[in-house]
Amino acid sequence: MDYTLFVIQLLNGLQLGILLFLVASGLTLVFGILDFVNLAHGSVYMLGAFICASLTFALGNFVYALLISLPIVAVIGYGFERLIARPLYERDHLDHVLGTFGAILVMDTLAHMIWGPAGIAIPLPAALDGQTQLAPDIVVPTFRLAIISAGLIAAAGLYWLVNHTRTGMLIRAGASNRTMVTALGIDIQALFSFVFAIGAALAGLAGMLIAPITEASLGMGNNIIITAFVVIIVGGIGSMKGAFLAALLIGMIDTLGRAFLDDIFKIFMSSSVAENSAPAISSMSIYLIMALILFFRPQGLFPPKLR
Amino acid sequence: MQKKVFVQGLILAAVLIVPLLLNYMGHPFYLDLATRLCILAIAAVGLNLILGYGGMISFGHAAYLGLGAYAVGIPAHHWLYGGMDAIATTNGFVQFGLALLVSSIFALLTGLICLKVKGVYFIMITMAFAQMVYYLFISIAEYGGDDGLVIDTRSEFPLVNFDDSTQLFTICAVSLFFVMWLVWRISKSQFGMVLAGIKGNEQRMIAMGYNTFAYKLAAYVISGMICGFSGALLGNFTTFISPEMIDWARSGELMFMVILGGVATTFGPLLGAITFIILEEVLSTITIYWHLPFGLLLIGVVMFVKGGLSALIPKAGDKE
Repeated sequence: MDYTLFVIQLLNGLQLGILLFLVASGLTLVFGILDFVNLAHGSVYMLGAFICASLTFALGNFVYALLISLPIVAVIGYGFERLIARPLYERDHLDHVLGTFGAILVMDTLAHMIWGPAGIAIPLPAALDGQTQLAPDIVVPTFRLAIISAGLIAAAGLYWLVNHTRTGMLIRAGASNRTMVTALGIDIQALFSFVFAIGAALAGLAGMLIAPITEASLGMGNNIIITAFVVIIVGGIGSMKGAFLAALLIGMIDTLGRAFLDDIFKIFMSSSVAENSAPAISSMSIYLIMALILFFRPQGLFPPKLR
Repeated sequence: MQKKVFVQGLILAAVLIVPLLLNYMGHPFYLDLATRLCILAIAAVGLNLILGYGGMISFGHAAYLGLGAYAVGIPAHHWLYGGMDAIATTNGFVQFGLALLVSSIFALLTGLICLKVKGVYFIMITMAFAQMVYYLFISIAEYGGDDGLVIDTRSEFPLVNFDDSTQLFTICAVSLFFVMWLVWRISKSQFGMVLAGIKGNEQRMIAMGYNTFAYKLAAYVISGMICGFSGALLGNFTTFISPEMIDWARSGELMFMVILGGVATTFGPLLGAITFIILEEVLSTITIYWHLPFGLLLIGVVMFVKGGLSALIPKAGDKE
């Protein structure tokens, strides 16, 4: 196996894992604290990409556009919580699923009306557009390194917010006992809106970061949301640490599987069979992993501690 | 009671006769629409068995539609273009048998895993398994991959001709009535009572000595087979089979039909499918952005209508 290619694919896997974490963290935060299933989370990821694309063309700079898009997406998340999620908190999960499924249709169609059916490519500023030499024979696109660092910074920020601030303390308290927190005089509704806005901003950030590579497109949200669900199931629903580790695991398995599975298969089967079966197996690999984990550990790899 | 039976009979008669009449009067379009309606209604009835009667919220039932359709398409494909002689055939009994076999095996295997978990996990896992099937068919280039599989030949049965749209519609409508009767019988049987008991309070059923897992798994497999059968009809109807049939939006639409029509009722899925088909048809002629009003309607139904359409038209429902 080619060493250079392997390192580059490892970085790609890391990048996918980081993006998955940004989407999955919002999902797991909202589910863990509010017990609310939000299918429409992927649409926020898509909206982030489109808004950032429009602003990049308006302002002429991707980085400024990204910084302005973040609060816009957070406001969208806030509005979504007030209009759609809040009336449904007390309902069962079936109503959550159907209501947010309706919200996906609405948001996707609105995006279709505003931005048209074709994808929008985002041009990168020169500083991010080049290549970076990591080692003598390993050259990677600078922007991929930027995605990984931006994602890690966001993850660290989230960890700090949840574990080392007063707001985070209230969020954790709200997750373990909603009624008690309310009785202590905390405005739990405002806290919930805040959590939703943070989750939306993180998903939007993931969309903005990937858009310069894949372009902003209509189906992108629905493609990533299922994988994000796989991540939070594997990690244990409601667990932030689980979401982070599972996101990296799923990102690596998916990327490395697509890159190297046919080579591995060729070791013990004929090359034509390997070339035919490897794409099918690798595209299913993350679901197979999920099935295995569920069969032996239904609560996920790192379930949240029950308090 | 008399009036309720009368309304139900009227609905069934209308589903069967109105499209045939319109076709006779020179509007074959409505016959096609009604064929699609009956096929989707069969799938909705199948989903209702576990979602409505069993309380198992599957968000992945479009997978069975796809499996059923490919079970018709793949033998036909090999019959047309060679290869895989063991299954290359247009014999309807083999194709439909294969559809039922494959969907029951898939339901059994995924059910063994899915049913170990509850609530939101179950929703997500069924969805993820459907997505797995979706990506499987996308990545098999032999069967068209992303572009789908075009078959120019339909299943062949003695006495009936699936190429005749009137006969195909009649088969679909009669199948729908049979499946509705079957699920109604199941729901009134001892098996159905246990299922309803599990939906109400699984712990109590376990305490009474029932192996609730086996009951749920059996219901899950039956439900999957009904949807697989519906998929085999769908493959025959469209003669174009693509992974798009398994897209999770399709699963969502099936759920929408069951919920809108009213869960755990015999006529709910049919009413839901009728409403869905009419909405889709009317809205999509008005605007290409028909998903916008459809999505808003879905949100509105979830927030404001309890019990679905059957609750709105109590006479058509079948609650005693």
